[in-house]
Amino acid sequence: MLLYILKRLVAVTPVAFGVSLVCFLLVHLAPGDPLSAILPADATQATIDEMRAAYGFDKPLPVQYAIWLWHVLHGDLGVSIATGRPVLGEVTRAVVNSLILASVATLIGFTFGTLFGFVAGYHRNSILDRVASAISVFGVSVPHYWLGMVMVIVFSANLGWLPPTGAGPDGSGNWRPDFEHLRFIILPAVTMSVIPMGIIARTVRALVADILAQDFVEALRAKGLDEVGVFKHVVRNAAPTALAIMGLQLGYLLGGSILIETVFAWPGTGFLLNAAIFQRDLPLLQGSILVLAMFFVALNLLVDVMQTALDPRIERA
Amino acid sequence: MTAPVTAATMALDGGIAPAASEVEPDAFVASRGYWGHVGHRLVRDPVAITAGAVILAIVVVAILSPWITPMDPYRGSMLRRLKPVGDATYWLGSDELGRDMLSRLMVGARLSLFMGVTPVLIAFVIGSSIGIVAGYVGGWTNTILMRTIDVFFAFPSVLLAIALSGALGAGIFNAIVSLTCVFVPQIARISESVTTGIRARDYIDAARLSGASALTIMRVQVLGNVVGPIFVYSTGLISVSMILASGLSFLGLGVRPPEPEWGLMLNTLRTAIYVNPTVAALPGLAIFIVSISFNLFSDGLRSAMEIRQ
Repeated sequence: MLLYILKRLVAVTPVAFGVSLVCFLLVHLAPGDPLSAILPADATQATIDEMRAAYGFDKPLPVQYAIWLWHVLHGDLGVSIATGRPVLGEVTRAVVNSLILASVATLIGFTFGTLFGFVAGYHRNSILDRVASAISVFGVSVPHYWLGMVMVIVFSANLGWLPPTGAGPDGSGNWRPDFEHLRFIILPAVTMSVIPMGIIARTVRALVADILAQDFVEALRAKGLDEVGVFKHVVRNAAPTALAIMGLQLGYLLGGSILIETVFAWPGTGFLLNAAIFQRDLPLLQGSILVLAMFFVALNLLVDVMQTALDPRIERA
Repeated sequence: MTAPVTAATMALDGGIAPAASEVEPDAFVASRGYWGHVGHRLVRDPVAITAGAVILAIVVVAILSPWITPMDPYRGSMLRRLKPVGDATYWLGSDELGRDMLSRLMVGARLSLFMGVTPVLIAFVIGSSIGIVAGYVGGWTNTILMRTIDVFFAFPSVLLAIALSGALGAGIFNAIVSLTCVFVPQIARISESVTTGIRARDYIDAARLSGASALTIMRVQVLGNVVGPIFVYSTGLISVSMILASGLSFLGLGVRPPEPEWGLMLNTLRTAIYVNPTVAALPGLAIFIVSISFNLFSDGLRSAMEIRQ
């Protein structure tokens, strides 16, 4: 097992370097000078040159990449051009908020997704199965930013049950686990949960149907095991794959939260990215994307290792 | 033109050859090719056909929209802004600048469909080329191409699309470039695995022994056998692409005002959700209808082609 983890770590290293290269090049893909956002329109050439030298933009690209990577490896993601604060701090605060939202959404999606998946898998081609399939098609087809708007219209504008935007009553930037804050997370989390719900329901349905069709289930029933006992075996067999899908979905939600966070003004990475893009704050953009992508890579690795550990049939080490 | 000829032939043959009714009907059915079978199964799938009809209808409306819109989609009136759905003049209401929603939704279909479908089309061409070359040539070529692809898989697709178009700047062209970059790796990976699966088949060896060059084999033998599965996979991406393309415009990274596009309309109408929620939600409903139709059609196509995923 340890050998397997080591092997996976070695395999993931070039990917991580590739990711860092892409994040670095993003800034240089951008048209115009990265400093144009902070320099006054009438800045003299001398000022521009001085600033370029201060931020290191005057050096050749490979040198800039090496310097940047060296700093990143030491936990220094640079300084935000717009606010002047270290990027790492800004990103960390935002990632925590996004992670809370994405985790709650994944949990809701996983709970209902598995529920629908099991019901549909046990009663294939029944009405329940059709309803479950309809829900999963809905989940993968609905533009989630629109669903978010509809939720706000129904539950905030019409019914007035829940707050439409923000993460807390004080309008502050941090979510805390208390009752007042809980009311703020419901709408964005439920909206977000629809995507993994559909995908998990679809996967679990196929898994359960597959498992139920196998000989060992027949054998279990033949030896007199009751349905609850059989169900336990089905769960045990479906769990590794279902949990792996859940892990990946958490990663997708964390990286793809920008649209939903914009709708609900949730102070997470999506919000940060949005600000970075429109203020042309390239170090912040670079840093947020790097952190999110690295998080996704790490999560993939974790899911892979966990799946191997949970499922003795997979022998990759 | 064929119908009268057939009828005439049948009338002529009527006396000599056996009557048409005596011929085994199976003989005709068996003559259908693979795609004929796929088409036949598809038309008997009510869900897929309905979805296909919806897509077709929206495409037709989009193409004809400049001539058939009830009102000028750009001309507004601040006195008649945010009229409700069902208004006598504005059937689907009016937007925040008093422009007719129905007309804007019809014209908006053009850009929304164009921006949703184009990236998948371009990515289909580029991605399948990369995948086929990697899968057929193998060796170092495969390693280099596929490891590069792996790097792009390390980004969640929404993040990659937004990061690229955020760096490139707003605009239709940049949005299409970003979305293409999102789909190329996905299509390349599928193409590579399908190609690797067939490269050791006898007919490929036969072609090689007959002296065909690698390029010819890839173009004729490989492409002909892998294009079906790749195509079905790509049709499934159109729904994602529609949602993402409109999402970029929704964020202000795609189409710029006053051009009508569903994502952008949804964004500008966000301010109106307390005044006129139904109108504000309409552009999103349009995106949803197109997206779910593409998904259902792709699902139907997949089961008609019996491709298991």
